[in-house]
Amino acid sequence: MHFALLVLRNAFRHKLRTLLTILGIVIAIASFGVLRTIVDAWYAGANASSSARLVTRSSVSLVFPLPITYAEKMRQVEGVKSVAWANWFGGVYVSERNFFPQFAISGASYLDMYPEYTLKPEERKAFLADRVGAVAGRKLADKFGWKVGDQIPLRGTIYPGTWNFTLRGIYEGRETATDESQFFFHFDYLNEFIKKKYPRRGDQAGVFIEELKDPEQASPVSLAIDATFRNSLAETLTETEKAFNLGFVAMSEAILLAIQAVSYVVIVIIMAVMANTMAMTARERYGEYATLKALGFRGGFVARLIFAESLGIALAGGALGIALTFPAVKAFSNLVGQILSAFYVTNETIRLQVACALVVGVVAAAVPAWRAARIRIVDGLRAIG
Amino acid sequence: MMETQAAVEVPHGAPSVEPLVAIRNLVKFYVRGGQVIPVLTDINLDVYSGDFVALMGPSGSGKSTLLNLIAGIDKPSAGEIHVGGIDIAVLSEGDLAAWRATNVGFIFQFYNLMPVLSAFGNIELPLLLTNLSRRERRERVAIALSLVGLSDRQDHYPNELSGGQQQRVAIARALIADPTIIVADEPTGDLDRATAEEILVLLERLNRELGKTIVMVTHDPKTADKAHRLIHLEKGVLVD
Repeated sequence: MHFALLVLRNAFRHKLRTLLTILGIVIAIASFGVLRTIVDAWYAGANASSSARLVTRSSVSLVFPLPITYAEKMRQVEGVKSVAWANWFGGVYVSERNFFPQFAISGASYLDMYPEYTLKPEERKAFLADRVGAVAGRKLADKFGWKVGDQIPLRGTIYPGTWNFTLRGIYEGRETATDESQFFFHFDYLNEFIKKKYPRRGDQAGVFIEELKDPEQASPVSLAIDATFRNSLAETLTETEKAFNLGFVAMSEAILLAIQAVSYVVIVIIMAVMANTMAMTARERYGEYATLKALGFRGGFVARLIFAESLGIALAGGALGIALTFPAVKAFSNLVGQILSAFYVTNETIRLQVACALVVGVVAAAVPAWRAARIRIVDGLRAIG
Repeated sequence: MMETQAAVEVPHGAPSVEPLVAIRNLVKFYVRGGQVIPVLTDINLDVYSGDFVALMGPSGSGKSTLLNLIAGIDKPSAGEIHVGGIDIAVLSEGDLAAWRATNVGFIFQFYNLMPVLSAFGNIELPLLLTNLSRRERRERVAIALSLVGLSDRQDHYPNELSGGQQQRVAIARALIADPTIIVADEPTGDLDRATAEEILVLLERLNRELGKTIVMVTHDPKTADKAHRLIHLEKGVLVD
């Protein structure tokens, strides 16, 4: 009780210094949390990928489509349970700033392959029955205030013109990491347009998605699919969905590494600031520590006083920093829109924030505590007066 | 063993011929940049129980160093210091700390109170090293506060007390664990004459009424007058 009282009162002896130090830690811990959340969000798509799905694309480039007829041959490959396909649409809703992923999908076969997109049965039925129907994720619908039945116009960029869709359903993600920012409509609707406008580009899919009978067979089935189309005009590259999504992440890997590095640099900086604060604080109190030792308190007691004060300040700043992370992430999420869909603070991030606060508190106090514990009483007493 | 200078007569207040503090052939020096700097040379001294001794001497004479050695907050370079029958010169740091907690009461020139603790909290500090219950500690502190006349100031912090009051709190803290010896390093050095007189009267009372053994360092002859015995040091050596 006395120890705690001594620590608390000492910590706030210089209120301004302590409050500014705590503020620094709050900002550092919150920044660390936001930066880590950005990195997590970048990898979220890949991490949420199913191990039971493969993605097949043109071996030359994702830009080149593959014939729809490939679907039937893929179904016949040993280990493939079902096949679906999708085309990237890339339209604009009102303004270019309102970016969100839009896919023309193969209808029921696609929805069946993604059970994590939970759709009400009546909405699914309505979507499948409506050629111009569309389905949007909950996060996307909430952002624009869409309701089932609304008309959603998209300005085509790859496929010119104004495309009007009727929102027939809003899906919700089964897990927190499930992407709820996507917009789906019927591939057939898009294909009709392409066949009219660009006949030679009709009946082609951007990517195929294969569901596996046994997820353990991802590798041999991938090879078997690619072997099926080797030496054809459109050779394929098949990989797991996770690897496919990680491929996009890899394009930004340098940036992600830099962000991670910065997140830790911020912690190191505040550690140095805190260490300076504790060193200054301890130096100012050498006389008191010497007095305590003269009275019979051991060096270990003095060291514990300093450690406790440092940890108290660090953890107070850490707790506030963690609390601030949530609104900061929310604000950042509103800024970036749908670019990073699964943008939330993970438990892992919170654990790391706590760990960082602890490390800051311990490291900052280490040298001052060691010095104060070892101070010769007569030297410390000379510091008074 | 060399005959001590103070072994010839039995000083005032000593109930027996066995000294409470027996210093034999005490030497203290520092080494700075390869050079040996002597501070105390061959000190032999006895202080008896109930004594009120003043160590006097010019600046740099070694009086504070001698006091620090008697109090166990510094270690001699050679020689023996027996306090209450224990050679404190050979104790380890840990044992010395434990010994100080129960045997030595400190009164410093600048009071050395913890600024974040009240008068009550400061006086109670030494008792935190004992096994006394909270109630027992409270009772003892109340008695100590009463003894120094500060019962109505127990909740005041050092910055709310005058110099004299702070020194009284320090005296109460020095007494609280009922130590074998009280050491005072220039206890009135930071006080005006009137307040200094009050503190000295208090110390006298503690010596006379409670039989406390007090060793005090001072450079002020008026302060030294209150002691029963004067010991002079010059250049680290005891002089007549």
